Amino acid sequence: MVPTAHYVILSALLFTTGVVGVLVRRNPIIMFMSIELMLNSANLAFVAFARHLRSLDGQVFVFIVMAVAAAEVAVGLAIIVAIFRTRATIDVDELNVMKW
Amino acid sequence: MNHSFVPKAADMLVVGPETIVAAAAMLILLAELMPARISKAAAPWIAALGLLASFIPMTTTGISVRTGFSGMVVTDGFAVLMKAVLAVTGLLTIGFSTHYIKREDLDRAEYYALVLFAISGMMLMASSANLIMVFLSLEILSISLYVLSGFARTQPRSQEASLKYFLLGSFASAFLLYGIALVYGGAGTISLAGIANAIASEGAARNPVLLAGAGLIAVGLGFKVAAVPFQMWTPDVYEGAPSSVTAFMSVGAKAAGFAALARVFLTAFGDIKVDWMPALWAVAALTMIVGNVVAVAQTDIKRMLAYSSIAHAGYILVGLAAANQAGVSALVFYLAAYLFMNLGAWAVVILAGRRGEAGTEIDSYNGLFWRNPGAAAAMGVFMFALAGLPPTGGFMAKFYVFSAALQANMVGLVVIGALTSLVSVYYYARVTVVMFMRDPEPDAAPISTRGLLGVTLAVTAAATIYLGVLPGQLFQLAGLAQIARP
Amino acid sequence: MLSAYFPILVLIVLATGFALGALTLSHVLGPKRPNPAKSEPYECGMRPIGSARQRIPVRFYLIAMLFILFDIEIVFLYPWAIVFDHLGLFGLVEMIVFIAILVVGYVYVWRKGALEWE
Repeated sequence: MVPTAHYVILSALLFTTGVVGVLVRRNPIIMFMSIELMLNSANLAFVAFARHLRSLDGQVFVFIVMAVAAAEVAVGLAIIVAIFRTRATIDVDELNVMKW
Repeated sequence: MNHSFVPKAADMLVVGPETIVAAAAMLILLAELMPARISKAAAPWIAALGLLASFIPMTTTGISVRTGFSGMVVTDGFAVLMKAVLAVTGLLTIGFSTHYIKREDLDRAEYYALVLFAISGMMLMASSANLIMVFLSLEILSISLYVLSGFARTQPRSQEASLKYFLLGSFASAFLLYGIALVYGGAGTISLAGIANAIASEGAARNPVLLAGAGLIAVGLGFKVAAVPFQMWTPDVYEGAPSSVTAFMSVGAKAAGFAALARVFLTAFGDIKVDWMPALWAVAALTMIVGNVVAVAQTDIKRMLAYSSIAHAGYILVGLAAANQAGVSALVFYLAAYLFMNLGAWAVVILAGRRGEAGTEIDSYNGLFWRNPGAAAAMGVFMFALAGLPPTGGFMAKFYVFSAALQANMVGLVVIGALTSLVSVYYYARVTVVMFMRDPEPDAAPISTRGLLGVTLAVTAAATIYLGVLPGQLFQLAGLAQIARP
Repeated sequence: MLSAYFPILVLIVLATGFALGALTLSHVLGPKRPNPAKSEPYECGMRPIGSARQRIPVRFYLIAMLFILFDIEIVFLYPWAIVFDHLGLFGLVEMIVFIAILVVGYVYVWRKGALEWE
């Protein structure tokens, strides 16, 4: 049986990967995928802790987080599509009508 | 999770206000089944009625402490007062939106539905007794606000504001969620009462996983209230989003964020406040300094008000950093006063602006007094209040916050607060000066005050002065804002 | 503790070895007689029409977004179905409310014409 600590370390690594992705990448879709990675690393931590604590709570939270993430995806994609329709680019460095 | 739990009508009462508001929002969506002309005209009325109706469950529960849905939600004096603040914010938002969204060609019923959904999320946030509820309600309000800030969907600025808010907002939500996961691992539960018990009894207080989780939660919520160093999104989003949306979120999202911060940190993490008070102290000081100093350099009134809202987040954080009952009451009082003075100032921005978000440079307020004396006078009141000068609600709000901080022996923070308030007088006074002392541009036409927008202005100005002259009543109410200790 | 992972290590080595071995052997031993028809991208046996890298109409994104939104709600139905016996009438009412809220969204989407293809 894999110890809980390993799952938590993996989730921390995934979370860090996500953070770095958001900070380094300049394509909103990739940035958004990195954010999804962060959310899912939290899901992994929830499930790992739930197994460790022998409680179902953590698993239920994951369902809720998944539903919320889906809502975020829909809104995020809608915003990106709206921008692409008027500008034909979505590079965040070119979104500079205002000071960034 | 306890499966033998049987929900009762009493559970619904705890989340009554947000349920009514969300139901009104869905009613607006369903009204789309009717011809566009009718649904469009009905939307603001449904929204206003829904917000008014939300006061019924608030008065029914009063300040009594009740929990609902197996302790997922709670209502107490603090929750009810915050919900009242949010409902009033919603009503005033409708007041200055009707004219604005027609002028900007944004007149769609969804606008009101989204405002109501956001308010229901904000209200739920004030009632959350479990961290997953905090996350859920934060997302309800955030997703509505992402869409609202991009509501002028063909305007590049609005799109840009929306994307920036969305990316940085969901980034912050992810921090919050990971913090919740860590707290779950450290305390074995994420109900606020359970965390407090774990910290008190099992010595989880020194558990690094739990402390790291608490830190990440503070980061996520700090982003929502625009506390430095998580404020970088604020100026761009506030400038780019439609003015009425900016006004709404500058008060609503802030109130909700502070409601959650106060409840989470004073109940769940109340016993380890020695650990987080210094951090909050530093964040509050930084927020006041950065917000006020950078605001001085702004030439666009929307950006100036954005930095001003960061600065005010700093003052409210002072009340939170005090971590005592006086601080919580002062926080509620501050938000109530801030709601009137800030929404009032934005109402003037909306009135003085022109189609296409034009006329937001501070220079275009030159001689506003000669173009519309009433609006200029009201703006003068709001600027005085935001600067914290007597006899306005802004002065009393700062006074209460600082006295709470003095009770907690935070003299340094009070000194920083007083000094930064002096700085703020400079940039608020500049707006007042150009309105009254300069001549209007030769081609500037007089501005007429239109129906509902005029009423909103009058109400906010009157309330701002009332709270400065006779603050006793609201202060008594704010004294009832007790957070139920689990 | 780490020894628990030993079978996984063996599996990784075996899988990688088999894949590499198969590729190398077929590369070395197999006859190579390319012609234009063989080099074409495979598209169900038909001649490819147009470039594979063209833009996809926005309409597909819209449908995809709506699909995600409504699809994910099923995740709440499964746990509900499992504990349905314990929840009694209230559980049923609660789920009806939940579905009703989704229906409001569906009606709105339908009415707005987001489901029409043209």
